[in-house]
Amino acid sequence: MQNHLITGWGVIRQNTVIVDGQVKEIHEKFITFAEFIKFLYKKEQVGYPKFYKMDNLSKLGFLTAELVLKNRDLKNNYRSEEIGVVIANSSSSLDTDFEYFETIKDKNNYYPSPSVFVYTLSNILIGEICIRNQLKGENAFLVSEYFDPGLITSIVDDLMRNNRIQVCICGWVELFREKYESFICIVEKEERLKHNNENTLNYCLLTKENLSRLCLNNGI
Amino acid sequence: MTGVYIASDNIITSLGFTTTETIDKFRRHSIGLQMISDPALSPVRLPLSCVDTLLLEEKFRSLVSSFYPEFLNTAFTRMEKMFILSIQDSIHNSGLNLKGEETILIMSTTKGNIDLIGEEKKNLFDPKRLFLWEMARVIQDFFRLYHSPIVVSNACISGSLAIGIGARFIRSGKFRNAIVTGGDILSKFVISGFQSFQALSPEPCKPFDISRNGLSLGEGCATMVLTADETIISGDKITVAGFATSNDANHISGPSRTGEELAFAIGQSLSEAGIQASDIDFISAHGTATVFNDEMESRALTLAKLNDSPVNSFKGYIGHTLGAAGIIESVATIQSMNSNMLFKSAGFSESGVPEKIRVVEANNPANLIYCLKTASGFGGCNSSLVFIKQ
Repeated sequence: MQNHLITGWGVIRQNTVIVDGQVKEIHEKFITFAEFIKFLYKKEQVGYPKFYKMDNLSKLGFLTAELVLKNRDLKNNYRSEEIGVVIANSSSSLDTDFEYFETIKDKNNYYPSPSVFVYTLSNILIGEICIRNQLKGENAFLVSEYFDPGLITSIVDDLMRNNRIQVCICGWVELFREKYESFICIVEKEERLKHNNENTLNYCLLTKENLSRLCLNNGI
Repeated sequence: MTGVYIASDNIITSLGFTTTETIDKFRRHSIGLQMISDPALSPVRLPLSCVDTLLLEEKFRSLVSSFYPEFLNTAFTRMEKMFILSIQDSIHNSGLNLKGEETILIMSTTKGNIDLIGEEKKNLFDPKRLFLWEMARVIQDFFRLYHSPIVVSNACISGSLAIGIGARFIRSGKFRNAIVTGGDILSKFVISGFQSFQALSPEPCKPFDISRNGLSLGEGCATMVLTADETIISGDKITVAGFATSNDANHISGPSRTGEELAFAIGQSLSEAGIQASDIDFISAHGTATVFNDEMESRALTLAKLNDSPVNSFKGYIGHTLGAAGIIESVATIQSMNSNMLFKSAGFSESGVPEKIRVVEANNPANLIYCLKTASGFGGCNSSLVFIKQ
């Protein structure tokens, strides 16, 4: 039986940021998500101007991925096609759907914009993460009322066991009307890490219990 | 490894409410795209492929009063009615008992009940119905299914991805059966968005043609029952033999310049199926008829060494049905295999793509054993499915 290990993870939730178990202290208070995420983007010195064009859901997922991926050197250890992205959430792109709807609901004030419309698809956030990090492997965006760690585990395990991908960026990125919560982790194969002489003792197994524990940020 | 067999299927589009009706229309070159003037959908006249609302209402009422009288006083949305009719037809024809814990329902859509947005004041439906999981719960309750459905929303590969996830669940032994369904409806929301992209063709779309000038939108729903139970299949056995997705990592609303990422997904699906590109008898391509999509696909098919295999796009008949396209066109592919018939790629007369591909120019009998269904979408996603007739 092949083991799949969680080698990095991060949470962004209502003014709270945790990466690999470390809480990033944020003393400032923010009223809106837009203010908060802009602050975090600057604080982390990401330097990716396309960030400003993204909708709020993509900003949240993108920045969570950014913080998590910063701590792992995937690029030198894997090919683009070996890295997949599997994300789920509850409200798909509804937050942006309402924003877009404002631009078409009134005949006399009708100004649909392609740059808003494109974000009315939830998997655009996977596209943003893939473009930034040049990830070309398997994709899936799923929708469930609550985070379903069992579903994510079974889909990721299956993709990795069948050697379709060697690494998966996976998790939960939810945002609707100022309520937001994101959890992203990196899953890699134990045998590959050992082959690269990496100490794997500090990593936990990809299981639904571990995913829900980390998402609730009780640490590794 | 467990085989994944297709037990039954259904298509609902402008061309009909069953697979048989739809295929019959393909045989007769019946085009579902019609010029429509409807201010509720678009400020300008444009070609659309619409499901007949009166027939939909009539068929739904007759189904509920005959078999589900407990729902006579329950309101369902237009999208939910399509899902229910399509799933009902497939369950009925499958010969399987699908109510137990061995069966999972997988639903795919891009926008679900999006026509409810802005309609909150009318109080016909709980605004919660806009959430895809709530729409899925309504369908689960209607059929009294054991598990909560899995919902896939991955732009225009959603339908293919749902089939792929269903097949993987059966192969890994997690479930014995999967009801896979996909649907999307036409709405002002979606039409205005594609108009803002200037992506819509003023006349019915012409995939791969030199004069193609954008896509045409359609609506519909399709369902496929997948099973590990080989014994219930009568006639030809068709399996889902390979599946893969990939990402271009290039642009959120434009396809790859090279097509190499779609070609990669095709290669992965072929190797999972244990076959070579030269085995492929037919490719049902994505073929949206936008300039860039069709160019990219011709490059991908060339990279995948598929230049000699016949290829069509079903979108010339029924338009681009978005989250339903992958499954509607997969069912159409399976029916092509069942009837050993290559269907003409509607709207095509002269090639207008950079690489030489063999677009099907007339209905032709052909022995179809190994077939491919490809799809691509916003967010840079690509998918490839392999079907094999045993």
